Amino acid sequence: MDYLKPTIEYAELSPLLIVLAVACLGVIVEAFLPRERRHVVQASLAGVGVLAALGATIAVGLTLDTVGDGAAQGLVGAEGSVVVDGPTVYLWGLILVFALGGVALFAERKLEAGVSAFAGQAAALPGTEAEREASTRGLAHTEVYPLLMFAVAGMLLFPASGDLLMMFVALEVLSLPLYLLCGLARRRRLLSQEAAMKYFLLGAFSSGFFLYGLALVYGYAGSMDFAVINEAVVNGADNEILLILGIALMSAGLFFKIGAVPFQAWTPDVYQGAPTAVTAFMSAGTKAAAFGAMLRLFYVAFGADRWNWQPMLWVVAILTMLVGAIVAIAQTDVKRMLAYSAIAHTGFLLTGVLGLQSAGELADGQITSLQAVLFYLTSYGVASLGAFALVTVVRDANGEASSFVRWTGLGKRSPLVAGLFAFFLLSMAGIPLTAGFIGKWAVFTAAMSAGAWPVVLVAIASSIIAIAFYVRFIRVMFFTDPAPGDVVGDVTTASPLTGLTIGVCAAATLFLGVVPGPVLDLVVHAGDFIR
Amino acid sequence: MLTTLILVPLLGALAVALLPAAHSRVVALGVTAVTLVLGVVVAFMYDVDGGMQLTEQVSWIKAFGVHYALGVDGLGLLLVLLTVVLVPIVLVADWDAGDSSPKSFYGWVLALEALSLAVFLATDVFLFYVVFEATLIPAYFLVGGFGKVGRSAAATKFLLFQLGGGLVLLASVVGLYVVSSQEGTPSYLLSDLMALDIDQTAGRWLFLGFFIAFAIKAPLFPVHTWLADTTEKATPGTSVLLVCVLDKIGTFGMLRFCLGIFPEASQWATPAVVTIAVISIIYGALLAIGQDDLLRLIGLTSLSHFGFITLGIFVFSSQGGSGAVLYMVNHGIGTAALFLVAGYLIKRRGTSLISEMGGIEKAAPVLAGLLLVAGLATLGLPGLSPFVSEFLVLLAAFDYAWWVGAFAVTGIVLAAIYVLWMYQRIMTGPALVDADGVEPTRDGSLREILAVAPLMVALVFFGFFPKPLLEASNPYIADLMQHVGVTDADPTVAADTTLATEAGR
Repeated sequence: MDYLKPTIEYAELSPLLIVLAVACLGVIVEAFLPRERRHVVQASLAGVGVLAALGATIAVGLTLDTVGDGAAQGLVGAEGSVVVDGPTVYLWGLILVFALGGVALFAERKLEAGVSAFAGQAAALPGTEAEREASTRGLAHTEVYPLLMFAVAGMLLFPASGDLLMMFVALEVLSLPLYLLCGLARRRRLLSQEAAMKYFLLGAFSSGFFLYGLALVYGYAGSMDFAVINEAVVNGADNEILLILGIALMSAGLFFKIGAVPFQAWTPDVYQGAPTAVTAFMSAGTKAAAFGAMLRLFYVAFGADRWNWQPMLWVVAILTMLVGAIVAIAQTDVKRMLAYSAIAHTGFLLTGVLGLQSAGELADGQITSLQAVLFYLTSYGVASLGAFALVTVVRDANGEASSFVRWTGLGKRSPLVAGLFAFFLLSMAGIPLTAGFIGKWAVFTAAMSAGAWPVVLVAIASSIIAIAFYVRFIRVMFFTDPAPGDVVGDVTTASPLTGLTIGVCAAATLFLGVVPGPVLDLVVHAGDFIR
Repeated sequence: MLTTLILVPLLGALAVALLPAAHSRVVALGVTAVTLVLGVVVAFMYDVDGGMQLTEQVSWIKAFGVHYALGVDGLGLLLVLLTVVLVPIVLVADWDAGDSSPKSFYGWVLALEALSLAVFLATDVFLFYVVFEATLIPAYFLVGGFGKVGRSAAATKFLLFQLGGGLVLLASVVGLYVVSSQEGTPSYLLSDLMALDIDQTAGRWLFLGFFIAFAIKAPLFPVHTWLADTTEKATPGTSVLLVCVLDKIGTFGMLRFCLGIFPEASQWATPAVVTIAVISIIYGALLAIGQDDLLRLIGLTSLSHFGFITLGIFVFSSQGGSGAVLYMVNHGIGTAALFLVAGYLIKRRGTSLISEMGGIEKAAPVLAGLLLVAGLATLGLPGLSPFVSEFLVLLAAFDYAWWVGAFAVTGIVLAAIYVLWMYQRIMTGPALVDADGVEPTRDGSLREILAVAPLMVALVFFGFFPKPLLEASNPYIADLMQHVGVTDADPTVAADTTLATEAGR
């Protein structure tokens, strides 16, 4: 048997490698640098690393080779394990931008008067002497930066993976650091730990599902490689039941990650319990990565079998939208409301995913399903990141004030913060002149073109329901006066890091809503997936 | 030119937001005055037989086939003029409405003016949809921020209804894109869409989405329930902007989009729409009679009036169409006058309940006269402008089917009841004396009278001389009827015979 020396396309994979290198470097810094200097070094290391990776991503994007008839570009690297094509590069850019926002929010120390939003000593039991001591000494975990970098690396790899095994590895690399990060909140330790535990247990189960499905698909196709699986599906290999079961189980794993019904139960608890900076990054980044992976898996590997999986997506999309929108109405906590809104948005994104059509069925210049979902991920990501970042600055004596009562009349106390929050909510509600509207339009169009008009009608209905709770919250902020005796939250001045993140998100939401052309061109230019 | 018309109030809104609150009112008045001048300039540049003109077109979102396209036709011109005239009048008449928070009040009013103008000028369906929805944000903050207790609930109800309708419309807008792509290249330009050959079933579904949205906007029975709550809680000035300008988008949209893009489906839906319109006419009037709140009453009269407008549009004749277009303008003028005068009265009495007013006539004869003229205009007294349009619509209704006309006519009788009875309860009888024995009712101040004077002049002028309005609307309606494929019998016998003989040769 011949052994070939494996070749690695270092240049094309550089963004991924940079992030991983920075993560490892962060671990070393953690081990060797004195405690008081770690925060600044770690934060700047992470920031510079993400920026460098972003630069590398742009460089890669500019030099991608055209493949085939020009509908796609890129290459299959690392012996078929990593695919660097147009959608990959776009998602890399997106995830890295979210990561930059994440680093900025992680590094915020002004809100907690000199310490970060992370626990002083995570191992100390809540309410014990050890915890109090860690708190009074002003300790803070700085491991969060390497953890964040590992999660980012996993997110970069997830949508870029070219075979099932790599996809599973990426899934774990992105998930494990997030489980940890969720449990590191400085305030409300028990809630945070409960969130981490729930997220971990359910996540472990879903990984099991994914792995089982992966094995079945391997049994069907005889290969891990997406291109080979695709061939097997096209040629109709025997034992189709293996394929269908495999798709179902792998979908369960992915549905968990994106928070789709019936695997959505963890979302509100985790979003609420996790440190808000983590929630902000996770809500935007994980969604982008997981939807990227889902698109690749369904379009590249199982595209020819779409008659079998599209009905399933119809049902899941409809349920997800309805459950998210309806349950959100009953919420009285900002973070939980945003979590249910995230579930509803997962449903809208799925509406876009199920609109898969081959290029021949679409008119020249008509927007495709892939383009629609990529744009939606962008618009939802910036709105979600911005909204959660705003949640960090509204505080009372006990830290972040996330219950509705604390937000009543915020419009009078701080018109700017309330106005920006309302703006992000309006974008999520899909009001024109915001990014959310263009995104919604795009995914609805993709689904409608594929003839999924019942799903679109349900999507419209759930949008109307969703508007009810968005508008209700705007009313709470602007037109409701706090009841006498209620403690209300106030806006704490944040450092420029948080301010800048919010500002950039707001500007992007407006820009994408008014002149979406450039970003849409980018999405269109990204082309198709390659095999 | 049209872009300037939109940009001036929009930049004005920004200026109000940035400048100190002390200057808000002056800046807002100045900006609306400049906009008024620009609107008049547009009217002078307009050529009555030129169809869609002063067009501007720039590709906006290429991937969606969306253009930033503006243009003005007879219908658009009349509504633009109505808007630019009403906004400064409202600001002068409702002088201290924004005192609690001048920046946001005047900022939102200007933003609303800009977006409403954009709605009437947009010739790209996507652009229309965007500004159509965007008008709701300023409207929401105007209703929710200024007015009586309970306004935030009313504002929320208003917004939910409107956004719900907007999303139904979104489904149709998305559907149009799909249909348009199937025909070749996707495009949202009105001119491209009007030339589209839409499959019958698809066209009817898409029509339905458009119609539902416009019916909520207008509003028509049974989706009118937001109307009375909103007008009751909002300030009279805001109500003028909502009912006289914003709601016109509903009937405007029916003409331009329902009939323009889906002529076949529109004719298919006529029986149902006519029924809804007739129900709205009668039901709105009956509800109005039973109201004790002056602002609710005026709001509900509009339900009746929008029924008339919709009826005129959907009987498919040039008389009905012209009548409907005229009605839109006249209703705007008449109802604005009614709302503003009602606002004066409410400010004096401190209540909007009719039962707590009475005998104001003696103390404030000028206000009483103004209310009477505005009220008589609303009930369609000959010699005042709404009569002309109501008459045209009724003629067309009788031509369509005698029973439709017969039902619609009862609307006029009921209008006489609600207007005259309201006037009687408010103005005549013994003067009510306040609890502390002071009789506070003053007559209208010079500012108040001057503010509504243009409306009164317009009511009388167009009542005797509706030709300018008809000159703008008739060519538009003629084009539209031709597009829809309706050739109605010319009303004058002479013209009919010439046509027949020409055809005979």
